[in-house]
Amino acid sequence: MTRLVVGPFSRVEGDLEVTLEVEDGVVRQARVSSSLFRGFEQILANKAPLDALAIVPRICGICSVSQSSAVARALGDAAGLEPPHNGRTASNLMLAAENLCDHLSHFYLFFMPDFARPGYAQRSWFPRVRERFEAMRGGGGVEALASRARFLELVATLGGKWPHSLALQPGGTSRAVQEAEKVQLLLVVRQFRRFLERTVFGDALERVGTLESFAALAAWRDARPAATCDFRLFLEVAGDLGLEQLGRAGDVFMSYGAYRGAERPLFAAGVFDGALHGLDPAVIREDTSHAWLLDDAPRHPAEGATQPMPDKPGAYTWCKAPRLGGRAVEVGALARQVVDGHPLARDLVARAGGNVFSRVMARLLELSLVVPEMERWVASFEPGGPFCAQAEIPDGSGVGLVEAARGSLGHWLSVGNGRISGYQIVAPTTWNFSPRDAEGQAGPLEQALLGTPAGGQLGEVAVQHVVRSFDPCMVCTVH
Amino acid sequence: MRPLNVLWVQSGGCGGCTMSLLCSDLSDALGILEGAGVHFLWHPSLSQASGSEALEVLRACAEGEVPLDVLCVEGAVLCGPNGTGRFHLLSGTGQPMMSWVRRLAERAGHVLAVGTCAAYGGMTSAGANPADACGLQYDGEKAGGLLGASWRSALGMPVVNVAGCPVHPGWIVETLTALALGGFRADDLDQLGRPRFYADQLVHHGCPRNEFYEFKASASKPSDLGCLMENMGCKATQAHADCNTRLWNVSGSCLRGGYACINCTAPGFEEPGHEFARTPKLAGIPIALPIDMPKAWFLALAALSKSATPRRVRENAVVERAVVPPAIRKGRK
Repeated sequence: MTRLVVGPFSRVEGDLEVTLEVEDGVVRQARVSSSLFRGFEQILANKAPLDALAIVPRICGICSVSQSSAVARALGDAAGLEPPHNGRTASNLMLAAENLCDHLSHFYLFFMPDFARPGYAQRSWFPRVRERFEAMRGGGGVEALASRARFLELVATLGGKWPHSLALQPGGTSRAVQEAEKVQLLLVVRQFRRFLERTVFGDALERVGTLESFAALAAWRDARPAATCDFRLFLEVAGDLGLEQLGRAGDVFMSYGAYRGAERPLFAAGVFDGALHGLDPAVIREDTSHAWLLDDAPRHPAEGATQPMPDKPGAYTWCKAPRLGGRAVEVGALARQVVDGHPLARDLVARAGGNVFSRVMARLLELSLVVPEMERWVASFEPGGPFCAQAEIPDGSGVGLVEAARGSLGHWLSVGNGRISGYQIVAPTTWNFSPRDAEGQAGPLEQALLGTPAGGQLGEVAVQHVVRSFDPCMVCTVH
Repeated sequence: MRPLNVLWVQSGGCGGCTMSLLCSDLSDALGILEGAGVHFLWHPSLSQASGSEALEVLRACAEGEVPLDVLCVEGAVLCGPNGTGRFHLLSGTGQPMMSWVRRLAERAGHVLAVGTCAAYGGMTSAGANPADACGLQYDGEKAGGLLGASWRSALGMPVVNVAGCPVHPGWIVETLTALALGGFRADDLDQLGRPRFYADQLVHHGCPRNEFYEFKASASKPSDLGCLMENMGCKATQAHADCNTRLWNVSGSCLRGGYACINCTAPGFEEPGHEFARTPKLAGIPIALPIDMPKAWFLALAALSKSATPRRVRENAVVERAVVPPAIRKGRK
C-alpha cells in the first residue's frame, strides 16, 4: 500500500484534501478531508432572526441564493408565512438562475478542463477538447462565462446583485416586477436558451430534455459529428474513456424536492435506491465521530451542535457525517432527476449507478429542463399581485429545505427570546463528502473513489474526474 | 516587458469574490487581463494545475524562485484556535494558510486583499468570531491584522484593500490592470487602503430612489418603493462605493433590488450594532446621518421636505408598484 495525499484541488469551490491508500494501481481506501472551518453556526447564535438573511448567503459565494432560499424558508416556516405566487416565482427564478449557472461553470470551468491535460494528447478528440476547454483559455469557457454573466442579470433585476442578495425574504422578495419588465426578463432567459441551443447542445432544449434512455442518447450522438457542439464532444470523451465505469458510490439518492409550487415542487422530493421512497427528514442524523468536533451521539440537526476539537484522535475532517436513516446518501442533479423519475436518469442509474458520466449528464439534462420552465415562470407573474407577505418572526423553530445546484441543503433554526438560539446547516457536499460514521460507513465520495486507478501513467487524473463529478462546494460543506 | 505575475489564494471566505469576478461584463475579462500583461501563476478555481503541481507553484513563489508581483488573497486569515491557524491548514501541506500567506506576502511586489474578509475580517469575523478571523492589515477598524500596521510590500505599498462583499468585478479587474500598467501608488488608496477610484464615491450617488430620499418618503417594509434610509437600515449615504453608478450584473444594485445598503466595503460592517434591515433611531431620528451633513441642517431640511412631499411620492413610497404616475404638464414645456 502506498499513501497518497492529494490537495489542494483546483477547480473545486474551497479547499479539499483526499488521502488515498493505493495498491496495484487502484485506490483501496480513501479519506476525504474538508480543511477549512469558519463557524457560521456560532456566528449566527444570538443574532436577531432576520439578520440571518444578511449573514447566511455569505456562507457561500457560489451557492449564495440557495443559502438565502433556505434561510428565508426556515424563517417563513417559523412564522407560518407563505409567500404569494409572485414572490415564490421570483425566488424560484433566482434560485434556478444560480443553479443553472453553477451547472454551466462546472462543465466548462471545473470538469472538462481535465481532459485537456497533456496526458490525453494521443486521443482523437484531444485537439478539439483543448481548443474548447483548456483551463482559463478554452473558447468554450470564454463563451460560457459571457453567457453566464448576461444570464445573471435576471438576479440583478429580481434581487439587485449576485452573489449575496438580500432580496429573498421569508414572505417573498423585496423587489416587485413591473408588468413591462416581464418582456425584459423573458429576453434574458431567451438569450441563455440561444447559447445553450447553439453552443452547448446544438439542438432544441426540448429535444435534449426528452431523450428517454441511454439508447436514445446514443442514437442522438451517432447522428451527428463529434465537433457539432460541446455536449456531443463530451459524449465522445465519456464514451472513449468509459466514464460510466468510474466513480460509482452507494446508489442511494436523495432530493428535498426542487422549486416550490403552490401544491408541489417542480422536481419531487424523495429517496431512490432502486425503488422510490418518501422523504422523512426526521430520520436525518449528523455523526461527528470522525470530525474535529465534540463527539457525542448522532443528533438530528434540530438538536445539533458544532463545537471544534482540533486535536481529537481519529478525526480527519471538519465535516460531519449526515446519514438518512443510518445510510450515506448521494445528492445532486442526478439524485434530483432520478427521484423525480426522469426516464434518462433512471436508465443511466439502472445501467451503472451514479458515476462520473451520469452525474455530469444529469446537470446538462437539468439545463435543458429548467430553462423552459423559467420562461413559463416569467410569463406567470400576476399583474398587480403582491410579492412579499409580512410577519414578525416569533419564538419557535423552522426548517428550510431546498435543492441547491449540488443537491439537498437544509437549515434548522430555533428562536428564543427574539434571538437565534440554534442554527444548523447541512449542505449538499456535507452529504457527498462526509467522512466515516461511527459504524465505519464511508461517505459517498470515499465509496466512489474505491477501485479508481491511481499512480499510473495518468497519475491522479482519474481521481480528479471522480472528485469533480460531484461538483463539490467545500465552503458550504463545513460553513 | 515581463508580464505581471499574479498568484491568487483563498482562505476564510466564501469564494464569492472569485464568483463575482467571473460576472465581469467585459467579454473575456481573463483574456483581456492576459492581454494587459496580467499572468495568473495559479488561481484555485480556474487553473489546470492541481495538487502537487499547484503546491510547486506556491513553493516556488514563497522561496523567491519565481517573481511574485501580485499576491491576491481572498477570504479572511484564520488565526484560531489559540493563534495556531489550525482552522485552515492548506490541503496537501499540513501548514496553516496563515503561515503561507505571511511567507508569500514577504515576496510580493503588491498584496491585494480581495473582498472585505481579506481586507478587514468581514463576515467571517462576525459574532463571537469563532475562527479568530482577521484581515491582512486590519482587524476590523483597527490597523494591524496578520501583517501589522507598518508592514509594506517589496514595492513599499501597504495592502491594497479591494473591499466589498463581494468585490465588484470592475473593482478587481481595474485594480489589476492599473498595477500592470504601473504607476498605481499609495496616493491612489483612501485612509482604509481602498482604491479611491471606487471608494471616493458614495453608494447614494445614482440611487434610483433619490426622489423618495429628497422628500423623506420612506419605505416601511420590504418591497416598498420608498427611501430605505429612515426605516430599513440603508447606509448608502455613508457607504463608500460606486454601486449605483457602476451597477452590478449589468443593471443591479442592492437598492435597486429593494433592500438596504449594509456598507459592505467598510471594516466592521458585519457587526453594525443594530439589525441590518432596521434603522437605529434616537427620538425618531436616524442615529447615522448622511456623511458630511451637519445634523441641524439635516433635521431642518428633513422636516421641511417631509411637509413638502407631493402626494405621488408619498403614496408610491409604501407600495410595491407605483400607483400615482407623474403628472403631464400642459402648454409650454
